[in-house]
Parts: sequence; structure tokens; C-alpha cells
Amino acid sequence: MKMIKQAMIVFATLAFMSAAYPANAPDSAQAPQKLLKSTADHSKFKELQKEFTSGPEVTKACLSCHTEAAKQVHLTQHWKWEFRNPDSQQLLGKKHVVNNFCTSVTSNYKACASCHIGYNTDGPNFDMTSESNVDCLVCHDQTGKYKKPSGFAGNPVTKDTEFPPGSGKIIRAVNLSDVAQKVGQTKRTTCGACHFYGGGGDGVKHGDLDSSLEAPDKALDVHMDAKGLNFSCSTCHKTDGHQVPGSRYAPTAQDKDGAHIRGKVDHSNPATCQSCHGQVPHKKEAKLNDHTDKVACQTCHIPSFARGDVPTKMSWDWSTAGKRDEKGKPLVVKNEDGHDIYLGIKGDFVYGENVKPEYIWFNGKNKYTLSDDKIEKANQPIWINKFEGSADDGKSMIWPIKLFRGKQPFDAENKTLAINHLAGQDDDAYWKNMNWDKAIAAGMAAAGKPFSGKYDFIETAAMWPITHMVAPKDKALGCNDCHASNGRLEKVDGIYIPGRGRDHIGLLDTAGWALAGLSLLGVIGHGIGRIMSAKRKH
Amino acid sequence: MARVYIFKGFERFWHWTQALLIITMLVTGFEVHGTYQLLGWSKAADLHTTSAWGLMALWVFAIFWHFTTGEWRQYIPTTHKMIDVALFYAFGIFKGEHHPYLKTKNRKHNPLQRVAYLGVKLFINPLLWCSGLFYLFYNQLGTVGLGGMPLGLIALAHTVGAFLMLLFLIAHVYLGTAGHTPTAHFKAMITGWDDDVNEEPQGAKAQ
Repeated sequence: MKMIKQAMIVFATLAFMSAAYPANAPDSAQAPQKLLKSTADHSKFKELQKEFTSGPEVTKACLSCHTEAAKQVHLTQHWKWEFRNPDSQQLLGKKHVVNNFCTSVTSNYKACASCHIGYNTDGPNFDMTSESNVDCLVCHDQTGKYKKPSGFAGNPVTKDTEFPPGSGKIIRAVNLSDVAQKVGQTKRTTCGACHFYGGGGDGVKHGDLDSSLEAPDKALDVHMDAKGLNFSCSTCHKTDGHQVPGSRYAPTAQDKDGAHIRGKVDHSNPATCQSCHGQVPHKKEAKLNDHTDKVACQTCHIPSFARGDVPTKMSWDWSTAGKRDEKGKPLVVKNEDGHDIYLGIKGDFVYGENVKPEYIWFNGKNKYTLSDDKIEKANQPIWINKFEGSADDGKSMIWPIKLFRGKQPFDAENKTLAINHLAGQDDDAYWKNMNWDKAIAAGMAAAGKPFSGKYDFIETAAMWPITHMVAPKDKALGCNDCHASNGRLEKVDGIYIPGRGRDHIGLLDTAGWALAGLSLLGVIGHGIGRIMSAKRKH
Repeated sequence: MARVYIFKGFERFWHWTQALLIITMLVTGFEVHGTYQLLGWSKAADLHTTSAWGLMALWVFAIFWHFTTGEWRQYIPTTHKMIDVALFYAFGIFKGEHHPYLKTKNRKHNPLQRVAYLGVKLFINPLLWCSGLFYLFYNQLGTVGLGGMPLGLIALAHTVGAFLMLLFLIAHVYLGTAGHTPTAHFKAMITGWDDDVNEEPQGAKAQ
């Protein structure tokens, strides 16, 4: 009887549980509702459900909700193309610098402005106060279809257009309405649309930024790894009020702060390695943390740049430009990979892939040679920009850089870098006529600079910080790469590197080994003497 | 002359472990210095550091042993018969003369040995350890007020110490063959038994 009672209790309990179980999990049958990342679906906005015939029309629609956005953008380097270096007081930015790629934007705005975040950027005096000229789409496009072709002063093409006129080449229109309705946060491809293609092509300028970072694997970039951490640019370049931190005009060479903490006010650059990893990032090999006072993280963790099968330009010699082929067209010579190594309109190029960086002391000071600065051929190469630093200023770290060499026109009498008029359909543009006299005269005139009429070519060099393409830790440099003679840091002065022969006091090593050798010879001689004398006796 | 148990168990363990560690550190140390490539820098540096900690630990025990047993007295320097011993190694040894120093259990080192070992203990070892610890903890020197000390200087001192140790090692190993038979000293150091010891102690304690 008792057993039956117990059995009934067990049965009742089981019955209750089986009834209760589904009742406790009523959602299990349904798929969980997907959490949307954004609170707004721009395709539902009436303001965007219309035909747009120009960029500024779109911007006006954007600003009707995002009322203060243009005012924020107006304060950015991206908009102003101008930057006053707080340390050197040099006036920099694309508006002012002369580089050793396409040299200067001054008279070439219609071409160069395809990478300006504004519309109607037709010259150095473009309307900096215009709100509707701010280009929201170039950074916020999600479709990949938004393009600002060279030659249109930063405007997208909204009707199919033959360009250059009479060339038969048609540039297809962009459907601005579609792009506007799908806007979202910036991503690698939006930033990369300009920053991957600087210098006139994929990977040309930086060496550590090219289209391979659109969807990199872990080996190429441990943070941007598309199947892993999948960082966007803004994960590190943490933007506030459209102000993007981390500029190479005034880089942070040394960050002695700890990792940023949520809620703690921290005004230091959020794009440094240390802003996440702190000062003692090496957990397994504590000795490695002894390097973080002198060696930039990038030095070991970016073993080489241009690692994504996209070559980067290592040098550019304008002095050989001007050759034509048998048909009278500018000569084009390609290498076996299909990359231009000579262009009649540009001169000779050298490309590099998997390039080992140069290493220098860098304290964050970045000094430019500007268009008014006097230069002498005796001082070649002229530093387009030079990172300053030394072992003992307390502010320098050993950094990897891309050293980009050039040879470019300069005013041989006034001794200044030439401002060259390259792009355009006019008679003076070098890429049209290949005539330096006209191109330099027009460029200097556009810049309001004197030109003596005499030009020559001068060797230049520029320094680019290497900070992207961070490899996984097992691909970082090992001890042996630097702790050796003729290692990676062979040319870095002012520091004792164990294992590097040039740091030895030669006399000590010579004397030490000489004494050791003599001692050895002495004991061998003594031993032989003992053997001989022992034999004599027997 | 008699067969006497002259090197105790710990002493032999200490000697041979120290020998192994010092040879390892010479080999790896000169690789870290950049004289040659053998193991690869990082392995050499790792092994060098590990051996250094091993040697320091060994020395804690060895110092304790020396003081608790009174064996430290074996290293008190003396000039007694020093010239004779030097002359023996320069000349007498080739004539088959017997070693002029008659060792006993309590004075087992001849005057040249005493001064050499004392030099190692009071000069070469401290030079190597101090400079080595400075080298290891270079980044922390600032916290003890020595932040301005250049690494090059620390490395220089360490390298000087290493060369002196190498010279000692060469002489020490060779003189190991200079017993009454070429292997006598090695046998004694391995087994503890030396068959060339003066039976009559020349005093209760070493001088």
C-alpha cells in the first residue's frame, strides 16, 4: 500500500513537471527577436524618399534632422585640409604641404577633391562655411556605390557623363537616393575609399593601409581580422563629434598612460596601442615589458608592411617623366605583376611588398619642408617631413617607418619646392601636355608663389609612420631580430642593445679573447712540458 | 701520505653543479653578448637567466654550508709556502718533484688555490652577480635611485667579469690535471677521497 502511494506521488510529480516544463519556457519554440543595432531606418524617412540631383541636396536633407553635424565637420582636418602643428606652429594639411607623390593639391583641386569630404571643392578658396557642401555620404555610405571621381571637384556624378569630354569614357551616375536611404556608421571601406588609395592608387602612399584591409585575415591585421575581432577604423580612431583622433601630422610617439577605462575622463589619444593594452601588455614573457619604455609596440608587432598582396610605392622619380611611345602617347611600362613602373606623365616608380620598415627614434615632432622653405641640392635628400627624436630626450621611442624617396621639381633659383599643375584638361596641366615649364609656372601662380622660370629636380624623402597591419603575436619579431649584429635596429643610435656588435668596446673583447687564448696556449704548453719531462725520465 | 675523505657530499654537489652552471652561463652569455650564434639569442638569454637563478639559489646553500661547517676557513689567504708552490709549477713539476704543499683535511688548498678561490669569491662572483642583477632588473633601477646608470656600463662590467671567469676556468681545469697523477684531483673531486693527503694534521684548524 505504501509503495503504491509512493509510486503515485512520483507519478504525480512527473506529470506535474512535464506539464510545467513547457509552461516555464514559452519562448523556446519561437526564434528570438533580432536586436537592431540602429534606432533609425533611413529608408523610412520621408526626407530621403526623393530624387536627388546633387550632393548638397542630400546634405540638406541630412541636416534637417542632424542639425549640428555640419558644424562639427567644419572643425575637422577632413574638412579644412589644414592643420596648425601645435608644436612647430607649421601650417600643414593638404592645403599647404608639398609631398613627393603628386606634390601639391593647390592647382589640382578638381582631381584631388575626390577625397575631400565636401562638394564643390574647386580650389584652395572653396567655401569653408557652407553647410550643404559637407559630404555626409562619402563617410557614411554602406552600399559601396558612392563614388567621387577625379575631376569633379569632390562631387559625385548624378547623370551618366562622358569624361574627359570627347574621350568616349562614360562615368555612370550614382543613385543618391539609394545611397542616402542606406547610410550607416563608417566602416573600413568608407575610410579606405580615400585612405587606402592615397597617392593615386591602391596602397601607394602609406604602406600599412591598402584595400587588403577591407576584409583582412588575422595574419594581416589581428584587430581588423574580418572573421575575428573585425575592428573598424573607428574602433581605435574613436571619434567624438566627428573629430577623428590620430593624425600623422602630429602623431603620438610615446604614450605613457595606462589603458583607458570607461567612465574615466581621459584626453589622451585613444588610437594608441597603450590606450587599450596599457604599459605591461606581455603576460607570459614579463621581460618583454622591459622594452615598452623605449620600443614602440609597432616595431615588433608589425614585422613588415604591404603584407596584403598590394604593393606600396617606395620611390617616385619625376625627373624621368615626359617620354612618349611611338604613337606619341605618354609611355607606359608595366612590371610582370601589371603595376606601372614607368608612366610618361609621372616618371619612374619602385614598388615594394612585405617591406621591412626603417627604424628611428621618434618623439612626436614632425617637421615639414614647406613651399617657402629654402632648399639646397647639397642637402639632398630634402626631408618632405622628418620625424625628430633621439635616444636621450626622454620622449622618443624606436618606431618603424616607411621611408619614401622621391625626386621632384624645384625652383632652381629661388631654391624652393615647386608647386606643380598636374591635373586638368587645360594646356598647362602636366598630365595633358608634359611640359614642366608650363606646369610649374601655372602651379606656382595658383599658389601665389614666385617662380624664377628655372627648374631642376631634387631628391626628397618622406617619413610615414607604420602603425597598421598589426600581426598576431606569433608573427611578431623575436629577440634575435634585433639582438644581433646587422639586425633590424642596427642603425638605431644611442642605445646599448645586447647582442649588437657595434655596441661592444672592441678593446675589451679583443683583450679578453687574447688573454683567454694565451692562457689556453700557456696551459697546453705547460702540459706538453710535463709530458715531455715525464717521458725523459722513463 | 694517506687516502682521506676530503670533499664532503654537499661540497662535491655544489662544485659540480656550479661548474655546469658556470660553463652554461659562459656559453650562453657570450652568445647574448653577440660573440657567436649557437642556440639563438632568445634561448641563450632564457637559459642564461635560468642558470643565474639556479646559481644564486645554490650559493645561498653553499654560503650557509661554509659558515655552519667552518669550511670558510679553507679560503683564508696565506703567504706560507706560496713562493714554493709557484716555483713548483714553474720548474719542479717538470722534474717530477713532489708538490711542496702538504695538504691536510683542514687545509686542503695550497696558498695559490686559496688566493685564487678567494679572488673568485670576493671579486669575480660579486662583480658578475651585481652587474647581472642590474642587467636583469635594468628597468626597475630607477625605483632604487640608480635610473641613470647606462646599460652599456652594466654590460661592460658583466663582460669583464665573464672574461675573468673564463680565465679562471681555463687555469682551474688545467691545474686539475696537475695532481700527483693527471686524474688524481678529478677523482678526488668526484669521489671525495684523496690519496695524497698528509695524515698528520698540521693543526686543528686551517691557518
